[in-house]
Amino acid sequence: MNAPLNRTPLYDLHIKLGAKMVPFAGYEMPVQYPLGVLKEHLHTRAQAGLFDVSHMGQVKLIGKGAAAALESLVPVDIIDLPAGQQRYALFTDEHGGILDDLMVSNFGDDVLYVVVNAACKEQDIAHMRRHLAGQCEVVELTDRALLALQGPAAATVLARLAPAAAELTFMQNAQLELAGFACYVSRSGYTGEDGYEISVPSEHAAELARRLLAEAEVEAIGLGARDSLRLEAGLCLYGHDIDTGTTPIEGSLLWALSKNRRPGGERAGGYPGADVVARQLADGVAKKRVGFIVKDKVPVREGAEITDANGKLIGQVTSGGFGPSFAGPVGMGYVATEYAAVGTLLFATVRGKPVAIEVAKTPFVPQRYYRG
Amino acid sequence: MSQIPAELKYVESHEWLRLEANGVVTVGITHHAQELLGDVVFVELPKVGAVLARDEQAGVVESVKAASDVYCPIAGEVVAVNEGLEAAPEQANEEPYGEGWFFQIKPANVADLDGLWTAEQYAKEIGA
Repeated sequence: MNAPLNRTPLYDLHIKLGAKMVPFAGYEMPVQYPLGVLKEHLHTRAQAGLFDVSHMGQVKLIGKGAAAALESLVPVDIIDLPAGQQRYALFTDEHGGILDDLMVSNFGDDVLYVVVNAACKEQDIAHMRRHLAGQCEVVELTDRALLALQGPAAATVLARLAPAAAELTFMQNAQLELAGFACYVSRSGYTGEDGYEISVPSEHAAELARRLLAEAEVEAIGLGARDSLRLEAGLCLYGHDIDTGTTPIEGSLLWALSKNRRPGGERAGGYPGADVVARQLADGVAKKRVGFIVKDKVPVREGAEITDANGKLIGQVTSGGFGPSFAGPVGMGYVATEYAAVGTLLFATVRGKPVAIEVAKTPFVPQRYYRG
Repeated sequence: MSQIPAELKYVESHEWLRLEANGVVTVGITHHAQELLGDVVFVELPKVGAVLARDEQAGVVESVKAASDVYCPIAGEVVAVNEGLEAAPEQANEEPYGEGWFFQIKPANVADLDGLWTAEQYAKEIGA
């Protein structure tokens, strides 16, 4: 645990901006800047925020067999993913548990581009190398940084650097020159807002970040606000809301399973744990991930127990906190399936006392993805 | 820079104390404490009438990031709590020594104040 922490290519810039740095997934990362988590969160929803997410893993899968090969590891249609499109996917294990969640883009010409979580990247790359050997090349892109520009002004800002960026719609990607640097740009993110994720050569990352921060609408945003933004957007944080102890069905991620990979589909199954997922689809599951709002002002945080009105333990909170845009505490967690219906009144235990919560639809704030 | 008013007393757990003219002591969290916490979004205050020992847990302050305990910096009985702070917890950030006070306590022994840190000692402790 005492291994030296890695630094992203933006480390010096974070320090110059006055960031408070914390260890995260083996990296020294900015948790907040002088603006503070609350204002950073609100600024992102009002204008645009720039995030350093260079700790995440970027991988190319290269070769004619790449799409079919990757399909053997995820319950998602990769073969029919059009060039220029991105899709959310999950690596599953033989029990149907979730090994990681990831984004897959088709760059065309038999190249897939994959972004995985920082904490899982070594394991994910080993997993791909082990299972995809002989079918495609697995190339970790250690020479690229990753930035996210998120918020309603993101498109206007990025169009100043590359007008074509404005033409992308949600979950499309393109290789664009930004400030003269060859970038992979996708219209996606982790905030519920319109925005982009930008892969840039490491040696140019700080310059591109400075160019974006020079735009009046853009503020640097730390991991603290990244977490509260994704929570309000109802998006899962791997290792908290989903992990190897939860399947895509228990995790309420059925939407991420492509129709043609589900039972009865033309390429049904064929990924680790497909039998478990098929059985759960047929028979139901004992627990489910739900969102909840708090009927009081007290934040309900990860780890809190969830009980029914009689004090019977029926679940646990996996993410929770104050939602600055929602203007109140929100969270998500797992509950026994009979308690998972929206509107169900439950209790979370905070400092030994029951706090009333209500199962609620996510996202907690409207999504504002740009769908054209 | 942290603000550390010279006329107040301080304790290690980052609460400040002010002896009022009527003999009660007003308690809050320091400017430094609110800087460490970040944006305060929720406070839980003690009950009026509660008799608390020195360093006993008196309440909770929660920021966007995390929850922290607030401790009673002097033994006594809670005689008032700042209900305005429950409604507008951001006052703990904006005016930690003013509208952002937490509770008032009637000290069991007012001389206990003498043993607490001065502004100068607190500044030294936090490296301000």
